[in-house]
Amino acid sequence: MKRSNKPIFWSLFGAGGMLAALVGPMLIFLTGIAAPLGLVDMSYARTLALAQHGLGKLALFVVIGLFLFHGCHRLIHCLHDFGVPVGPGVKASFHGFAILGSAAAAVLLFAL
Amino acid sequence: MKAYQRPMAGWWHRNPFYLWYTLREASALFVTAYALVLLAGLARLRQGEAAFDAWREALASPASLGFHAVALLLVLYHAWTWFKVMPKTLPFLRIAGRRVPDRAIVVAGLASAVLFSTILFVMVKA
Repeated sequence: MKRSNKPIFWSLFGAGGMLAALVGPMLIFLTGIAAPLGLVDMSYARTLALAQHGLGKLALFVVIGLFLFHGCHRLIHCLHDFGVPVGPGVKASFHGFAILGSAAAAVLLFAL
Repeated sequence: MKAYQRPMAGWWHRNPFYLWYTLREASALFVTAYALVLLAGLARLRQGEAAFDAWREALASPASLGFHAVALLLVLYHAWTWFKVMPKTLPFLRIAGRRVPDRAIVVAGLASAVLFSTILFVMVKA
């Protein structure tokens, strides 16, 4: 029997869900509300320094990658719930999207 | 031959339980979009200061602030449900041979979220 890839994608979904539950609301507040309103400093210099620091790179990669895997995996279930038939092709596209997005983040962070 | 497919339209708002379920699942759309917003920010950061400032300006638009406000609420609800089901999603935890009560697991999860979010806030605000 072919081995299922389910444990891999479920683990990434779970890790992303845990990260989103722990710091998701605060991250969204900081970058999407507080920074644009001038309550926290998200200047070019400061953000570049974060993205050039090893731990900063790791944090940004983990947040973007795991949020994508969490979101895309749950969206597959949403499609099913709304009566859209989900076959291997749909699953592969959603997981593939998360893989591509994570790869893009890795390439950008590597280049910065 | 065509197999019967039962109709799926409108099931999600007929029962409050399903509505809350659907709201939680909708958080996935916002988590994905938020990750893409951050990814776009990284791409703009790579292009230089002018491009990054244009990204920041876009974040200050009413549409973006509205998106982030809705995302904040839905992800908060996601977090609440995530910790609420944690006694069921985790294997049984035992301390000194006794099972950790469900309530303690939920409280520990919520407390960790508050702790880590506070640490993040202090680090960013400093």
